[in-house]
Amino acid sequence: MTQPSFNNQPDSRGHFGPYGGRFVSETLIYALDELERSYKALKDEPHFIEELDRDLAHYVGRPSPLYLAERWSQRLGGAQIYLKREDLNHTGAHKVNNTVGQGLLAKYSGKSRVIAETGAGQHGVATATIAARLGMTCQVFMGEEDVRRQSLNVYRMKLLGAEVIPVSSGSRTLKDAMNEALRDWVTNVDDTFYIIGTVAGPHPYPMLVRDFQAVIGREAKQQCLQQTGRLPDALVACVGGGSNAIGLFHPFLEDADVALYGVEAGGDGVSTGRHAAPLSAGRPGILHGNRTYLMEDENGQIIHTHSVSAGLDYPGVGPEHAWLKDIGRANYVSVTDEEALAAFRELTLIEGIMPALESSHALAYTAKLARQMSPEQTIIVNLSGRGDKDILTVAELDGISF
Amino acid sequence: MSRIAKRFAQLQRQQRKALVPYLVAGDPDPALTVPAMHALVAAGADIIELGVPFSDPMAEGPVIQLAHERALLHAISLRDVLSMVERFRQEDSDTPVVLMGYANPVEALGYERFAEHASRVGVDGLLTVDLPPEEGVETSAMMASHGIDSILLLAPTTTEERIRTICEQARGYLYYVSLKGVTGAGHLDVQSVSDKMSLIRRYSTLPVAVGFGIKDATTARAIAPLCDGVVVGSALVDCLVANFDDKHPAKVPEPATELVAAIRSAIDTV
Repeated sequence: MTQPSFNNQPDSRGHFGPYGGRFVSETLIYALDELERSYKALKDEPHFIEELDRDLAHYVGRPSPLYLAERWSQRLGGAQIYLKREDLNHTGAHKVNNTVGQGLLAKYSGKSRVIAETGAGQHGVATATIAARLGMTCQVFMGEEDVRRQSLNVYRMKLLGAEVIPVSSGSRTLKDAMNEALRDWVTNVDDTFYIIGTVAGPHPYPMLVRDFQAVIGREAKQQCLQQTGRLPDALVACVGGGSNAIGLFHPFLEDADVALYGVEAGGDGVSTGRHAAPLSAGRPGILHGNRTYLMEDENGQIIHTHSVSAGLDYPGVGPEHAWLKDIGRANYVSVTDEEALAAFRELTLIEGIMPALESSHALAYTAKLARQMSPEQTIIVNLSGRGDKDILTVAELDGISF
Repeated sequence: MSRIAKRFAQLQRQQRKALVPYLVAGDPDPALTVPAMHALVAAGADIIELGVPFSDPMAEGPVIQLAHERALLHAISLRDVLSMVERFRQEDSDTPVVLMGYANPVEALGYERFAEHASRVGVDGLLTVDLPPEEGVETSAMMASHGIDSILLLAPTTTEERIRTICEQARGYLYYVSLKGVTGAGHLDVQSVSDKMSLIRRYSTLPVAVGFGIKDATTARAIAPLCDGVVVGSALVDCLVANFDDKHPAKVPEPATELVAAIRSAIDTV
């Protein structure tokens, strides 16, 4: 078998091997073609690149630091662990890298209204933020269940001038919010730009969201070379839809000696069925415009997922991850809610950094991996977001109410 | 000649338009579906579009979303839908039945297995909302080899170039989505349907059915002269559930057959 090239994926119709593609109703094809055309025309345009880079530097605060977690590494007694500090971005997570990019596309395409789906609310907040800055109308679709779980982020979005629309269909979570956003888009396709928050959905979204998030990996590579003089031995990132993971992994795909680990939400444990780990325990199917690994029953109905982290509570995953799994370039593993919570507490106590519960999944697996490695080796883990938004969830588990 | 082609040929001879009601299999109760199909035919339906329940019906408005959810409370699977068609065929061998739904349940069953099974029980067409022709080339060929027409959608946003490509691949009939929106939306624009229809006619001699936004005799009468058939979905689904008698789940509510009969007479008098 010839080695696949990682730099020219997906193909012209958005396929990563058998995954990806464009499985949407006919009405949206035109809008996706238009988006693809405008992205292709703009992405190499000096004005666009300059404006994007300026926003990333002065509005988002990039580059984000690559920080050696010395005490934590020492305590684990294995590899040196470096944290890619996406938690220090404006709005507190990696999500803003993508919304700044798509927001600019919306501006250049002359759209006056943006919509988004959100689970934990981080992408909703990042979209509302960018809409406020660009003076656009913003509506965010959010499952009723998530509106309840993430009331703080709901209020943040409202303060930013966005309207949060609770979605009461289906399981009332992220997947249903995405259905509703697609329904809105099909109805208001002329003036509306749909800012998808992850590397899933119909082509070109998995490609363009990856491209906007790949700044994480490009910086990490350069910073790692500067700080350690060589490439890392392993990269670790959590995977819900998979945008922070693909953003870190993508610039390293051709570096065969760098091992890649995507960490899914194991919930109560993959064997219990109560989890959100389609790559670990699902099978290929079609949802939300792309073919990918899904959590579904034997009749092809999408099943309910479970994770302590709302941001990972999604039954699908980006198609590029599905492909990287099948060809064996990346490894996909899972950790339980309990393990993620332990990592949340450990990093907070040892390094004074409070990670998001999503990122805590990556940290929990990093701890296991580091112990099997030597102190001469290095791991970069994507600290994709900060944990302030999760304080109420953790407090509730501790039996504390405010 | 397929049942669909035969039906349209017959209608053309009679200078009538096809009336195509849509209902979701198993909604609101599995006992109702087959009796309702027969009653709709008796009330004037020419083709039945039978919705296959899916957990994430992303092109549907609230009325049909809820219908999918109700059907799934009864755990209606694609296999169950095929059994319903099999039972319908025991008494009706003429009325074409088109399954309308989303790709994943078909993918889960396996396209080839589905095609064999569907062909055996008398399914005539498959309309997969989220399988545009680019992604569905192989599937369409497989369906065709089992005598099942893949019904393709055209939309207000479909470009002329694409209309040509889609018309080349289309079989059975074309389904024109009358508006930018979800099923059951209320902003039907007759003039824009008319403009698009003349473009479609340039590239295809297949019959064209129009759906989305046709809810009563008035809207059906306005659209029928422009096309070869009208699809009535949300209004009928709404009517079936609103008048459903859970003590007699197999009893077809009269307002539903009255709605279809009223549309029949409206489109026959244009």
